[in-house]
Amino acid sequence: MNHIVCLAYVPDTETKIKIGADGKSIDESDVKWIVSPYDEYALEEAIKTKETKGGTVTVVTFGPAKADVGLRECLARGANEAVRIAADGLAQVDSLGVAKLLAAAIKPMPFDVLWLGNKGVGTDAQTLVPMLAEFLDLPHVNLVTKLEWKDGAVTCWREIEGAKEVVETPLPALIAAQKGLNEPRYASLKGIMAAKKKTIAVKTPADLGVDVAAVSGDKAAVRWTKLELPPARQAVKLIPADDPAKAAEELLRLLRDEAKVL
Amino acid sequence: MAFGGVDFLGIDDMLSPDELAVRELVRDFVESDILPIIEECAWEGRFPRELVPRMAALNLFGATISEYGLPGLGNVAYGLIMQELERGDSGIRSFASVQSALVMYPIYSYGSKAQKDRWIPALGKGEAIGCFGLTEPDFGSNPGGMRTAARKDGDSWVLNGSKAWITNGSIADVAVVWAKVGGPDGKVRGFLVEKGTSGFTTSEHRMKMSLRASVTSQLAFQDCRVGADALLPGVEGLKGPLSCLNQARYGIAWGGIGSAMATYTAALDYARSRKQFGDRPIASHQMVQEKLAFMISEITKGQLLALRLGRMKDAGTLKPEHVSLGKRNNVWVARECARLAREILGANGIAGEYPVFRHLANIESVFTYEGTHDIHTLVLGQAVTGIPSYNPPAP
Ligand SMILES: Cc1cc2nc3c(=O)[nH]c(=O)nc-3n(C[C@H](O)[C@H](O)[C@H](O)COP(=O)(O)OP(=O)(O)OC[C@H]3O[C@@H](n4cnc5c(N)ncnc54)[C@H](O)[C@@H]3O)c2cc1C
Repeated sequence: MNHIVCLAYVPDTETKIKIGADGKSIDESDVKWIVSPYDEYALEEAIKTKETKGGTVTVVTFGPAKADVGLRECLARGANEAVRIAADGLAQVDSLGVAKLLAAAIKPMPFDVLWLGNKGVGTDAQTLVPMLAEFLDLPHVNLVTKLEWKDGAVTCWREIEGAKEVVETPLPALIAAQKGLNEPRYASLKGIMAAKKKTIAVKTPADLGVDVAAVSGDKAAVRWTKLELPPARQAVKLIPADDPAKAAEELLRLLRDEAKVL
Repeated sequence: MAFGGVDFLGIDDMLSPDELAVRELVRDFVESDILPIIEECAWEGRFPRELVPRMAALNLFGATISEYGLPGLGNVAYGLIMQELERGDSGIRSFASVQSALVMYPIYSYGSKAQKDRWIPALGKGEAIGCFGLTEPDFGSNPGGMRTAARKDGDSWVLNGSKAWITNGSIADVAVVWAKVGGPDGKVRGFLVEKGTSGFTTSEHRMKMSLRASVTSQLAFQDCRVGADALLPGVEGLKGPLSCLNQARYGIAWGGIGSAMATYTAALDYARSRKQFGDRPIASHQMVQEKLAFMISEITKGQLLALRLGRMKDAGTLKPEHVSLGKRNNVWVARECARLAREILGANGIAGEYPVFRHLANIESVFTYEGTHDIHTLVLGQAVTGIPSYNPPAP
């Protein structure tokens, strides 16, 4: 069984985001980049399945040259091949554009399962999964936390509001991972040394026949006009609790008069 | 907030992508597997043995070897492993140093094929633990004076003597033991002694105030009989153990920087958030800044030194006195940083909620083992003057 895993290289979830000088992009100077955690679940499941059932795992990303570091990390964990669609120098491309680019890159590749995380932790748009499935004319199952392989099909457990839904889909299919699917492995040093010897196939949007100008910058369907940080948290107010009755009274007063929530 | 490293001078630009990848991998491991438990381990005086299989899965043991399915890393990548592990804890780094540089290295370099086949895979997978017995109760800086003796008796060797301060001693499955063959003036030879061999016993050094998350033991040999195949065939004389120490000391030059990064980062974070005398963080005081400036200067110089040593080691131009320079300087840097960080943290400098005092105590072991600071001073002295002062020639 062959697997393709699409992944995003995103700011570490612990990064303190700063807004760039233009007010609508993030300042990337002190950002540590990581493979998006949800994509890690997808990759882990693909590698695990490859290890038991044979086949290959190819990782694909749309990103700038620095995303090669993320791809190499995936190779070190056990992916066989890596493809990067070069985003260097492009104006911002929205999810629709990314879906078009990924679809164009993936179309000629043979695969049984296309894997994604249910969302990137970058912009959290959560739109890529269905769009990519549409462009590739694939069934898709999102928010998957457990799988059972069958001949030419797979049963997926997916999280829905307050319950689990069990669905079966024929292959090839797009499966999007949710937290809880597995515990992603570390790479190993041996994996890193093996990954060092591999080349990452870099393709430009033009190579893929995608008119990127039509899906980026001013032409993108979704444009960022402004970024704002959440308001700074107010200082904590500690109520001395020497006398519980008095403390409760004070808390009520604050909730009513200052926070105005009562 | 995850540890982002200390790189004042952009030294990362001098590292290759795979060296950076190795460092990130170990850094993540330290962050998620070592730091959450280490303070508790040190307090309880417990070596976290549960980390051994996890470290093995990352290939942290014998990482520079390329046979036996091991990764064959370059020396800078190896150094970065030691740096990151010691950012976690000197005791954990010591475990990895001993396993790799003091046990796998001599078996790999001086062992027979059978010895290698038997031990290298097992040690690499963490299925076996090793220790290195050189120091004796009466011979530390001067190991050449050792009294442990090996006597040939028919088809076997009989060992008698004792070793002291041996890292991993009582948890080791195999001990690399250095002993004299042919009387007090005889040649030093290496032997592989397995756990459970009759006449071989161990006991732990108790009440250690430093390196508490690492096991340190005494080894005793009383008519301990091992087969002829226990002898390491490939080396004779003090060169054997000293060549191993040279490997380990090289790693310690990097490890020292890891320890210093830990205490410096703790001090910097603390100085920025702790307020005294109005609403000013203590980082705004000149005396505090002087300490931080000293730390970052010494760490940066130490990083450059370690990196240069690594490149020389890869090129085959590294000499023992270069390694002495690195071990001596960078452990000193770590010791100074620990002391200054502890000052900056005030009362919290002695508290277990911060990593500083643990590093401060740990570095005292590192200062002494693998050649004391002063012994390395004398190695450097000899290198530049040509006169060996620790054992001066007769007038
Ligand atoms: C936690 C820990 C783990 C260790 N692990 C191991 C291990 O795994 N394997 C192993 O074999 N050993 C190990 N050691 C032992 C370590 O290598 C020795 O402690 C070290 O070599 C110093 O020897 P010593 O303690 O006997 O000190 P000594 O040699 O007695 O030195 C005492 C002092 O005298 C100074 N001194 C000695 N000779 C001279 C001289 N000629 N000129 C000037 N000053 C001199 C020294 O610098 C030092 O300050 C470990 C030690 C510790 C603390």
